Amino acid sequence: MSEQLALLPEYLTAHLQLTLVALLLSAATALPLGIAATRSRWLEPVALGVAGVIQTVPGLALLALMVPLLAAADLQSIGFLPAICGLTLYGVFPILRNTVTGISGVSPVYKEAARGVGMTPRQQLVRVELPLAMPVIVAGLRTATVWLVGITTLSTPVGATSLGNYIFSGLQIRNYTAVVVGCVAAGGLALILDGLVRAVEDGLVRRRRRQVAAALGIAVLLYGYAGATLAARWSDPERPVVVGSKTFTEQYVLSAVIANLIERETGRRTTLVQSLGSTVAFDALTADEIDIYVDYSGTVWVNHMESGNELPDRAVVTDRVRRFLRDRHGVTLAAMLGFENTYALSVRGADFDRLGLRTISDLAPVAGQFVFGGDYEFFARPEWPSIRDAYGLAFRERRTMDPSLMYQAVATGEVDVISGFGTDGRIDAFGLRVLQDDRRVVPPYDAIVLAGARLARTAPDVVAALARLDGAIDSDRMRAMNFEVDVRGADPAAVAARFVDALVPR
Amino acid sequence: MIQLDHVCKQYGRQAVVDDLTLEVDAGEVLILLGGSGCGKTTTLKMINRLVEPTSGSVSLDGTDTSTIPPHELRRRMGYAFQQVGLFPHMTIAENVAVTPSLLGWAPARIHARTDELLELVELDPAVVRDRRPNELSGGQQQRVGVARALAASPDVLLLDEPFGALDPLTRERLQESFLHVRRELGLTAVFVTHDMAEALLLGDRVAVMHDGRLEQIGAPRDLLNRPGSPYVRELMDTPRRQAAAVSRLSGEQTA
Repeated sequence: MSEQLALLPEYLTAHLQLTLVALLLSAATALPLGIAATRSRWLEPVALGVAGVIQTVPGLALLALMVPLLAAADLQSIGFLPAICGLTLYGVFPILRNTVTGISGVSPVYKEAARGVGMTPRQQLVRVELPLAMPVIVAGLRTATVWLVGITTLSTPVGATSLGNYIFSGLQIRNYTAVVVGCVAAGGLALILDGLVRAVEDGLVRRRRRQVAAALGIAVLLYGYAGATLAARWSDPERPVVVGSKTFTEQYVLSAVIANLIERETGRRTTLVQSLGSTVAFDALTADEIDIYVDYSGTVWVNHMESGNELPDRAVVTDRVRRFLRDRHGVTLAAMLGFENTYALSVRGADFDRLGLRTISDLAPVAGQFVFGGDYEFFARPEWPSIRDAYGLAFRERRTMDPSLMYQAVATGEVDVISGFGTDGRIDAFGLRVLQDDRRVVPPYDAIVLAGARLARTAPDVVAALARLDGAIDSDRMRAMNFEVDVRGADPAAVAARFVDALVPR
Repeated sequence: MIQLDHVCKQYGRQAVVDDLTLEVDAGEVLILLGGSGCGKTTTLKMINRLVEPTSGSVSLDGTDTSTIPPHELRRRMGYAFQQVGLFPHMTIAENVAVTPSLLGWAPARIHARTDELLELVELDPAVVRDRRPNELSGGQQQRVGVARALAASPDVLLLDEPFGALDPLTRERLQESFLHVRRELGLTAVFVTHDMAEALLLGDRVAVMHDGRLEQIGAPRDLLNRPGSPYVRELMDTPRRQAAAVSRLSGEQTA
């Protein structure tokens, strides 16, 4: 609990920055647009239609879509900017809709009176229509505020720290304390910000100047704090070394190992950008928005290289990957950790013994009785059709599930075979057995530490320090560390610190 | 003072006001009288450009009103209508003061003028000043509506059935107030109504409209004595018919 609470100031500050900036931009877009829409016959349906369609895109997808869009425009595609763009788009709709509804809902009697007493169109808007529409507009603002606090938690996968860091990593490593802390903090923040907007509205309606001033004062202080902390971060002359991680336990442990090692060996500050999507991490590295992360040779081979159908042996794959990264992206392969984390088709120990399953070839004749479970990514990757076709696997049924749940699913008999990860501690914990890829269809997945071009140029000492990790973690060690986190509930940072203590004695 | 010259208003192919020529003299109260849909409200709204004529022209003191920006024109013409339309987010004083404040009067002058007008329409400033419109009765709201129309000392007052939605007694009291205000200020006013008694009681001249056209215009006495068309005759007969019906009824009851 206290480990989690120690992270709260950082996460909460980052969350507040995102929510407040996005809310301001949403309102600055939606209010003028809404006003213009009530004055133009064609703009209203267009604006509401577009904003409504944006609203139907799931929040996570909307934020993730910003990454390729911004990258195509050659802008910062990981971190603050894509999060802000996605959040702002999301916040526009409720404010826009309520501005339009509020203004068009003003009774024609008051509009006629406003014209009749000699108001210009602008005065009609400012003195009559906006004040009368205000309760509806403020309701939209409050909806946007609450939504944005919630959706901001989805900034984590696009590389912007938020309270979502608690939730994403907590769900992944089954640290439910972290999940609860994240949810409670986000909920509390939503209540506070909503209460603040309501206090301003209420004060205006009842003409309580002091109440309005107090609520606005708090809002200004919050904006001031968010602005000052953002400015401090952006003007920081020495950017900390940014270590990225994907969304699974092993990645959390390894990013913590790398950060710990760098701080100890070079004295440089580091910062973690966690829970990045798989291809987001690679793009972030090549765009120098993160400096280091751990990937797997086969992932680069399959996803980024035109590798065709041939599958050379392990050393050749690594060598070609190393040259591809260096020549095409200026990325340094700083270390090979010494283990492989391949897709490992795994079955229950009982089936392994009873049916004498040893290899995937042994599985083919009995596949018709089995239900196969895999994570979201697996069925979309080229490995799946390769394995299926090479071994002629025809399962009774196929199910897609969260990677953190599939081990339990096979252990409890929900499914019979899963596309596990070779180094996952839960394979041992649940008494599962891995089937050999006897036809060598799955490429080798050697864990490799990648360092970005900018880092290699500006901080060669960091790249040198990373070399200490070369061959430092074998499969057993990795599985043991994953086991510590996944099954014993240890904190990834603590596990990483113990490892680095042993690697580099003080 | 106000001159309507061959004014037409069409919505699509439907002529709501058809070739209307009319003059309002300074200091007179002209009543526009007619049934629903006769074009009397549209005619009134064309005077302060709430409605723009399809053809023809309206002039104020010899100036074509289409050359005056609408908001400036309307600040010179008080406007009160049946639904009143007091702004619900403003106090009574702010409602009355709205046109003077648009004209940029000094706060002290606005304050004095507001109290003066509230007294003129027989409301106690000390009581109603800081109230909201929804705290007032319908009759009180109508009084405030007239005060608001009068606030900036307009050249002309335009009134669209201002007492239309009130009970007969309240209406009678407000009509008396109006006559009182009129004598006090020597107003020029155009007053729309469909109520014969109101028209004959308040108007210096009455313009009878029918199907968008001017049927007859003249002093109440002239219309009563020399109706120019069967429609006007029938219209002028209504108060007498009603009075006869009422006296028959009371006669039967006493008998």
